[in-house]
Order: sequence, then C-alpha cells, then structure tokens
Amino acid sequence: MSETKALESMISEEYKYGFTTDVEYEDFPIGINEDVVRLISEKKNEPEWMTEFRLKAYRAWTEMEEPSWFNAVYEKPKFDKLQFYSAPKNTPKLNSLDEVDPNIRETYEKLGIPLEEQKMLAGVAVDAVFDSVSIFTTFKEKLAEAGVIFCSISEAVKDHPELVKKYMGSVVPARDNFYAALNSAVFSDGSFCYVPKDTICPMELSTYFRINNMNSGQFERTLIIAEENSHVSYLEGCTAPMYDEHQLHAAVVELIALDNAEIKYSTIQNWYSGDEDGRGGIYNFVTKRGACRGKNSKISWTQLETGSAVTLKYPSVILQGDDSVGEFYSVAVTNKRQQADTGTKMIHLGKNTKSTIISKGISAGNSNNSYRGEVKFSKKADNARNYSQCDSMLIGQTCGAHTFPYIESSNPTGKVEHEATTSRVGEEQIFYLQQRGISEQDAISLIVNGFCKEVLKELPMEFAVEANKLLGIKLEGSVG
Amino acid sequence: MLEIKNLHATVESEGTEILKGVNLTVQKGEIHAIMGPNGSGKSTLAKVVAGHPDYEITGGDILYNGESILELDPDERAHAGIFLAFQYPVEVPGVTNTTLLRESYNTIAASRGREELDPLEFDDYIKEKLDLVEMNPDFLGRSVNTGFSGGEKKRNEIFQMAVLQPALSLLDETDSGLDIDALRIVADGINKLHGNEDAVVLITHYQRLLNYIVPDFVHVMIGGRIAKSGGKELALELEEKGYDWLESLATVNGEAK
Repeated sequence: MSETKALESMISEEYKYGFTTDVEYEDFPIGINEDVVRLISEKKNEPEWMTEFRLKAYRAWTEMEEPSWFNAVYEKPKFDKLQFYSAPKNTPKLNSLDEVDPNIRETYEKLGIPLEEQKMLAGVAVDAVFDSVSIFTTFKEKLAEAGVIFCSISEAVKDHPELVKKYMGSVVPARDNFYAALNSAVFSDGSFCYVPKDTICPMELSTYFRINNMNSGQFERTLIIAEENSHVSYLEGCTAPMYDEHQLHAAVVELIALDNAEIKYSTIQNWYSGDEDGRGGIYNFVTKRGACRGKNSKISWTQLETGSAVTLKYPSVILQGDDSVGEFYSVAVTNKRQQADTGTKMIHLGKNTKSTIISKGISAGNSNNSYRGEVKFSKKADNARNYSQCDSMLIGQTCGAHTFPYIESSNPTGKVEHEATTSRVGEEQIFYLQQRGISEQDAISLIVNGFCKEVLKELPMEFAVEANKLLGIKLEGSVG
Repeated sequence: MLEIKNLHATVESEGTEILKGVNLTVQKGEIHAIMGPNGSGKSTLAKVVAGHPDYEITGGDILYNGESILELDPDERAHAGIFLAFQYPVEVPGVTNTTLLRESYNTIAASRGREELDPLEFDDYIKEKLDLVEMNPDFLGRSVNTGFSGGEKKRNEIFQMAVLQPALSLLDETDSGLDIDALRIVADGINKLHGNEDAVVLITHYQRLLNYIVPDFVHVMIGGRIAKSGGKELALELEEKGYDWLESLATVNGEAK
C-alpha cells in the first residue's frame, strides 16, 4: 500500500533535530580529576569561592556510588572517556545577536528558536546554551526594566555573587546524589533568574539547550529565585544531534519561592532518543527540585518528556511554608528502545500544604516507562493534602508501563488520594476514528492528546502547539 | 451505489475465511436488511466494506459508485461517504464529542469540496442534530463514548450519522442493547435521515427493528454467503421458521467454491 511508503519517509525524518553544527571547539582534556575541575573554573574566570564549591562537590562525588535502583538497564557512562567542558571557539562575550557565530545562529534558527528580536512579539525571552556555554540572552534590557535578572549562571556568578552564594546548593546540596554531585563539580553553564519582590515577570522566560559536540557531556545548572509576591514562568527546550554513542546530560535545577511567590517551570525535552536498536541517544539524569520556602507560595512543574535514551528525573517540591502548593504535571512518551523512570517527590513540611500529581505515561515500540513518586507528610504538616493520578497508555504489544507510588505519612491529619489507570490504544480505536474520516496519524494524535489533556493545558500557550506536534511526530508509525 | 461481487475475506492473523463469495447490490434510496445467525459474517461484511485492517480480501471486489474501493484506507472511504455505525462503539477518553465531530465533519467536507465550518457555526449545526436522537446538549462536551451506557453509545452512532450525512450507512446491530423507547427514537432518527440520495444497510438479529424501519430488501447470510434474498416479508418468515431451513439450503448450494 502507498501508506507504507509515506510512513517510512515519516519515520526516517522523525527526529529532525539530529543534525550536527560545524563549529571549532576549544581544546579541553578528557576525563575528570581535581585539575580538570580547577581548569573549568579557570576557563570561566570564577572567583575562589566558586572553585571551592566545585572541588568540595568533586571530592564528595569520588566517594559516592552510581545509583542503580531505577527501572532501567543501560551501560554506565565512562567518566574517564568523557569531556566535561566543551565550548565553541570565539564565542563568549557578545553584545548583540550579530556577533553570534553564524553557524550556531543557523542551528538555532533550524530549531525554530526565537533568537531574533522580531520574535519579541511572541513575548518570550530566550537564553540559549550551546554545548556548555550560554550563547546569548535576549531581551535582557526589557527584563532589567522590570528588575528581573535573567542571564547565564556564569554571568550571575560574576555579577550577582551574593545571590548565587546564598541560594546555589540550598535546595539541591552537592552531596544530594551522585549526578548532582558531579554537576556541582563540573557544571558549565545554564540559566539564572531572579524576580524581585512584588514583581510579575513581564514575559515567559525560556532556555534552549543544545548538545552538539559528540564526546562532551552537558552539565547545566539553573537557579530561579522568586522573591515575595512575585511570579515567573520559565520554559526549557532540549535537542541534540544523532550519534551512535550515548551522551550524558546531568543537570541540576533549583527553584526557590518565597512568601506568596509562584514559579511555573515547564520542560519540553526532546533530546535524541537513539535508534531502533537502542544505539546512541542521551542519558538524561537530572535533579530538579523546588523549595516553597515562603507562606502561601507555589511551585508548579510541567514536563513533556519525549526524547532521551534513558531518563531518570524526579522534579520535586519541598513544601516548607504553610499553605504552600506543589504541582507536578507530566507526560512521558517512550518509543523504540527508550527507557524512562520519572515522577516526583512532594515533601510536605508546613501546615495546610497541598500537592497535586498528574502523570501520563505513554509507551510504544520496545520501550519501558515507569512512574515513580513519593508523597511524604512530616509530623508538623497538619492538614496536608495530596492528590495523585497516574495513567499509563500502551501502544502495541512489546512495551512496558510501571507505577511505583510511595506514600509516607507521619501526621494523622493528612489526606492522600491516589488513582491509577492503564489503557491500550488499539487498532479498534484508530479504525473507529478513521471510519469517521480522520487519518491514521491524526487519529493517534487525537487519542494521545485526549489522554494527556490535563497536562498539556498546563503548558504556556506559546508552546502548546509545539507540544501537540511533538507528540504526533513521536508516535508516528507506532501502531499496527 | 454499492456493488459487492463474489467477495471473499479472511481474518488476516488466522487465515480463517469468513466471507465466502458475497454478492450484494444496493441502489440509491434503498434500505437493505441483512439478517442471519451468529457467526454468519454479517458484521464482517460491514467492517470489510468500511476497510477494517483485520481482514484480508482474498477474492472478488467492492465497487462504490462504479469504482473499486479495495485500495482505499478507511478514512478515504469515509470521505467518499461510507459510514459504519459500530456494533461496539469505541471510547476515546479526553476527546469531546464536539471535537471529534468537528474534526470529522471538516475533514470530510474538505475532501468533498464542501465548506468547512468554524467552531461557532459548527456549534449551531450540531445542536440542530441533537433533537433528532433526543439527546441532551450536555452530551456534546463529554468524552466520546466514555462512561456512556450501551444505549447512549448506540444513539451516539446515529447522532454522528446525522452530523456527517453519509451517502451509504452501514448500521451494525444498532438495535441490540436498546430498550423499546430508545429503539423507537433511533429508528425514527434513521427514517428521517434516509432519503432518495442515500442508502442504508441494516444488520440485525431481530425482526422488531424492521417494524420501525421498513426495508426494501431482506437478505439472509449463512456461512459467509447470502443464502436468500427477498422483500420485507422474508423477515417475518424468518421470525417464524428460524434459520435452520436456510442452512440446509446453503450447504447444498455451498459445495461450489
């Protein structure tokens, strides 16, 4: 049938971000030791305290063991073969967009990222991280008028050391886990955002991460601080070229919300996921955590995870302030040989704290998709509430879906509700929609979007369309 | 309009032959009823005409308006005006009835060069159609068939038929699972929708539906073939005598392949 041909061509172009950009790189030694850590710090002209922070983290890391408790099987990264810092030559210190390496600009244009000033209409401020280095942050001035600081973390270390010193590592300490320790030692760049008191950030903030260099890992670090009565919405997008080797991405994201502040953090993760046989693809081992430090504060994570060979990621909220709210909305899609073990932790410490977890896992191909969540009510968390809903959808016969919910309550006044469902997209469902005139691909898209509706509506408007499209592309040809 | 010629079909995964040489011709403006015992191939015939992927056509042809549709995908057949009311309508959680119907209506409209309707126009359009099957407007905002009773699902199929206005409607046991009031509503709806320009094929076990919808022709399917065809009085004869007397007839004729 003619359909087969069309399907084949769609499958072969399904990862359209898999190109490589031809850029010259600075030389940097392979492997890791204290000298390498010092060298990274030196390359970035960091102050002594930052170098110390890194070295302490490195020493802690050498004493830690790589975890293996998750539901995924993969070859461990070879740390002695990895390049821990990778920067395109001739880039840092830019004053205008025109100074960005044309090749790199072209890359971002291909990715459809609104680096151009004209895209200001879209109301999105963008920071772009290419391999390890932040290339450019747009709309800095406009944000500065509102008092919002949005820059690369490297700049923040230089220009706002008091804020970085106070908050970095305060939510995810260097010793928190193996990959957080590694990140703390070698993190290269990332985004920094500070929203002052009584300020509503005037635009969506956004960072695009791109891994280009074949042997380098990406270790970015993001820190967002929302002062009293402030509000900020931040979105990150991720892509990478296709290589046969696995690449490591180990980021740390820390969010801090003070009294009545609200942070909304959205992720559209589309790292290269490897081929049909599981060759290549990104290891996405990320520590993301927010602290609702203030009363009545709110942190909301929304994620659309479609890429990566292996994803281990649990964006969490520590609900410290009384009446604070934590939310986690997640869609994780796995296809081919992808493995995802993802979920959240909601740690209730304050009184009347509330958390909501909506997780939608979609597995296709030979993939494996697990939800892992922990809800914890501490002794002092009177009247804490949690609502969790974990739904899994299976497409085809050779994929797996798993749910691991953990609940721990030390307070008798807490209330937890948990719901879980598993369903299968069948030929019958697709045939039904096709009989109503809808094409096979649109039918899958409709079914999947219906399934994910509660989560997709949480994404900022500008990205909702992109998200819908991504889901469609991801699952093309996965049925029948 | 529809011409089925010596159609043979097997279940693709097992190779079991279900349709063993079906011949059927349906003209514009006609209503045909297909009856027969369980497992005789009635539902398969409807699904095969709609293009269900589980079946492989091993012989014969299906002509629609004079052209073979065997190579068309199910959605292309729907664009051409073929509609199947499912025996077991499928649930699609999170997708509202309105969303599905607007998508359907506009896709079909676009492929036939008709004007597409924007959400507001479409809203007015479907609200009119609700009355036809006496459905509550709340129903439009609910997910397709999700949590519907058996009767609601069947009524929803006829509602979709009203919205999409197909040229050829295949109604697969739309009457089963309906109580007597719902049966009357559904039958009235079908009668109102049917005119000189379209055709309806009813697949049913029961003569009672035919009290409400009077067919021009009645066919009895046995063992993957049409064993006997006649006028509406054939249905009454079946009610009285059952299928046994036809089964022996089918085997006698059935020797030839």
